Amino acid sequence: MTTAVKRRTPTLTAGAVLVGLVVLVALVSFIWTPHDPTRVDAAVRLLGPTGDFLFGTDKFGRDLVSQIMVGARTTLYVGVVAVGVAALIGTPLGILAAMSPRWLGEFIMRVNDLVLAFPALLLAIMFGAVFGASTWTAMVAIGIATVPSFARIARSGTMQVMSTEYVLAARAAGRSRLVIARRHVLPNIAGLLIVQSSVSFAIAVLAEAALSFLGFGTRPPTPSWGRMLQESQELLAVQPRLAIVPGIAIAVAVLGFNLLGDGLRDRLDPRLAGRR
Amino acid sequence: MTVLAVRGLSVSVGDTELVKDVSLEIGAGERVGLIGESGSGKSLTASAVMGLLPEELDVSGSVELDGRQLLGMPERELSRLRGRAMSMVFQEPMTALNPSMQVGKQVAEVMRLHRTNQDPRAAAVDLLDRVRLPDPRRAAKAYPHQLSGGQRQRVMLAMALANNPSLLICDEPTTALDVTVQAQILDLILANTQGSALLFITHDLAVVATVCERVLVMYDGQIVESGLVLDVFTAPQHRYTQQLLASSDLESTDENGRLKTVSHD
Amino acid sequence: MILALMRRTGIFVVSVAAASVAVFLFMAVLPGDPAQVALGINATPELVARTRAEFGTDRPLATQYFDWIGGVLTGDFGRSYVTRDLIGPQLADRLGVTLWLVGAAMVIALLIAVPLGSFAAVRHRKLSGTVISGVSQLGVAVPAFLAGILLVQVFAVQWRLLPSGGWTPPDQDFGEFLRGLILPALALGLVQGAVLTRYVRSAVLDTLREDYLRTARAKGLRPGQALVRHGLRNAAVPVVTVLGLQLTTLLIGAVVVERVFVLPGLGSMLLDSVAARDLLTVQGIVLVLVIAALLVNFLVDLLYTAIDPRLRRS
Repeated sequence: MTTAVKRRTPTLTAGAVLVGLVVLVALVSFIWTPHDPTRVDAAVRLLGPTGDFLFGTDKFGRDLVSQIMVGARTTLYVGVVAVGVAALIGTPLGILAAMSPRWLGEFIMRVNDLVLAFPALLLAIMFGAVFGASTWTAMVAIGIATVPSFARIARSGTMQVMSTEYVLAARAAGRSRLVIARRHVLPNIAGLLIVQSSVSFAIAVLAEAALSFLGFGTRPPTPSWGRMLQESQELLAVQPRLAIVPGIAIAVAVLGFNLLGDGLRDRLDPRLAGRR
Repeated sequence: MTVLAVRGLSVSVGDTELVKDVSLEIGAGERVGLIGESGSGKSLTASAVMGLLPEELDVSGSVELDGRQLLGMPERELSRLRGRAMSMVFQEPMTALNPSMQVGKQVAEVMRLHRTNQDPRAAAVDLLDRVRLPDPRRAAKAYPHQLSGGQRQRVMLAMALANNPSLLICDEPTTALDVTVQAQILDLILANTQGSALLFITHDLAVVATVCERVLVMYDGQIVESGLVLDVFTAPQHRYTQQLLASSDLESTDENGRLKTVSHD
Repeated sequence: MILALMRRTGIFVVSVAAASVAVFLFMAVLPGDPAQVALGINATPELVARTRAEFGTDRPLATQYFDWIGGVLTGDFGRSYVTRDLIGPQLADRLGVTLWLVGAAMVIALLIAVPLGSFAAVRHRKLSGTVISGVSQLGVAVPAFLAGILLVQVFAVQWRLLPSGGWTPPDQDFGEFLRGLILPALALGLVQGAVLTRYVRSAVLDTLREDYLRTARAKGLRPGQALVRHGLRNAAVPVVTVLGLQLTTLLIGAVVVERVFVLPGLGSMLLDSVAARDLLTVQGIVLVLVIAALLVNFLVDLLYTAIDPRLRRS
């Protein structure tokens, strides 16, 4: 039976559009925002949506649109660093675990499981307790907590590649492990890693929002979606808008990265299409 | 007496016809072989008879079992016939058995479901004995992974025979097994289907020669040739059947008139 | 079987030991002296030294560790540097609240995910299945605390059906306890339910393609019966894995939800202790949370063997 070569991938498109939207908003915020997102002005406190303030203002008179735009920057920044840390540590560890002697591989995976017992939020709170909470402690904590997912994916992917004919041939020809890892393993597991990055990015966005909400993430005055939610809480009964706007922003970013990950997975492995 | 009567059966997905205008009849106690290469539509035909085709496939034509029309029959009624009036043995006994259920329970379930036996548990042990599973009482408590391939297929057979179906469909039941085990399973099928109609699907001509009286040859979704095994195998009419025979291990008939086979390697 | 059990138990014990060392060392490298922090900057050097001796932080690290972990093994987590109260009893109290919350959330998540996920799998080609997949995808994108905020807004503020927060112990007034538990458990459970629905769907979808489900149909089971009697148990293996990981997420997710609903659980105790720089308490809570996560993984391993007979050999 023949399968159509060009398959429709609405998931991938939707994910790319949502992620693209967040990236675009963050980029635009570097050159233009409607107002200064940090400018406090008692005269315009808690305004509803108007022509000047599209989503209105918060209890300090700060413009919501501008805060969301700059907040997108924070979100992406945290995601990129956290996923970067996780990929840079986790991938080599996973490949090493798959290619090294059994006992070493087992040991690496045991340590990996141990790290899994420290979720991102807990690590970030510990880091905050020790070093004082900041965007940095949040990013690094989320990154370290994400290492195990990358190590696992990299390990299982590497094991698959290592058992293929061409790698067995390369090994028989006496190629060093490092050469095999670089030339055969990495290109073949790159797809898996990209999918994992997208999914981890979504988790990182959620974690950053939760941390900022708890006061363990981005410090004021830098705008952050999570902190906007936290500040909205006391005024929820009268101004639900203050919670809904950043809430939607978080949901759009998370949904975007999740859909992008799913879409990429389907694209890379057609057998899995339609699942998850 | 005709047990199964299929007339003008077609199976299609979208505009593509996978099974085209297939007709066949099997009487009580008759054993009919359905041969053809993979993808020729044999298994689809069997699934269509059982009413177990994937939802996205369209079926047309007529399938009658003991005079009752099965196509278009509500699922609720059809499910009362499956496992009771008609049953099926599949190719891969490892994957066809539930890995997390003791085999005795899996055999008992088919009797419990149709309320055909007062004591399904004991009856299951008897059935496992009938298909010559060693130590059936213990075997009933085993999980599929603890049995050998041949033993699993015996369990499948016990399950299919449990309610004395009038129609038994075997879909390549020996393909996944060792040659020595194949012969034992075939003997079992022969010994236990005396009164039933048997539709035996395979691509192995030697197996057809051992088991069946009549044979249908399927090619590209159509039945291209049919008749007594002896006639078809000695004087094949269709080009495909001729090729099939030429490439097979069949040599000639033995002194009893049954086709002789050379051993597989 | 017994050997495998002993091996798993061994791994669990070693992991707990390693985790406790990690937690201890992490807190020990902390810049700043707990005695100094507790007394404030105006304390005399003599007083600081005396307090240090009282806390035991003037001893070698190894001694401090074994003293601490020895106490923990008997339920003694030491005395808080700030309030000078025993940490253990309070920890037990707070853990109880968190376990109620996490347990209720888990039940809600399962009640949502198993039927919806299975339904979405069976109907994956139909509109209803696609809609469920879409909604669960959306649910995953909502942070638990946002769900909490919205639930409070609707059920507590506007409709005044349920309390917006606070905690009544179950032995004091069970009705009130339940009323207080509903919203936080929903906030946590709805989101986890969405995550779980996706996994249940994909696990059931895999199972539906299995040959033994076709066998079950051939026996005369109707599609739903076949799935329930033969499919779900086998689909449970991958779902249980995720469930284990999720319990860890739930435990820590409870921190955030406890803050939203002002619940006196382990999470709010952790945040309060961090704010008060009450480090021995932080250390104790972190250890409890990490052991809980490891314990869950250990139990999940055992559960596999119960579900899947194929894993029982060797």
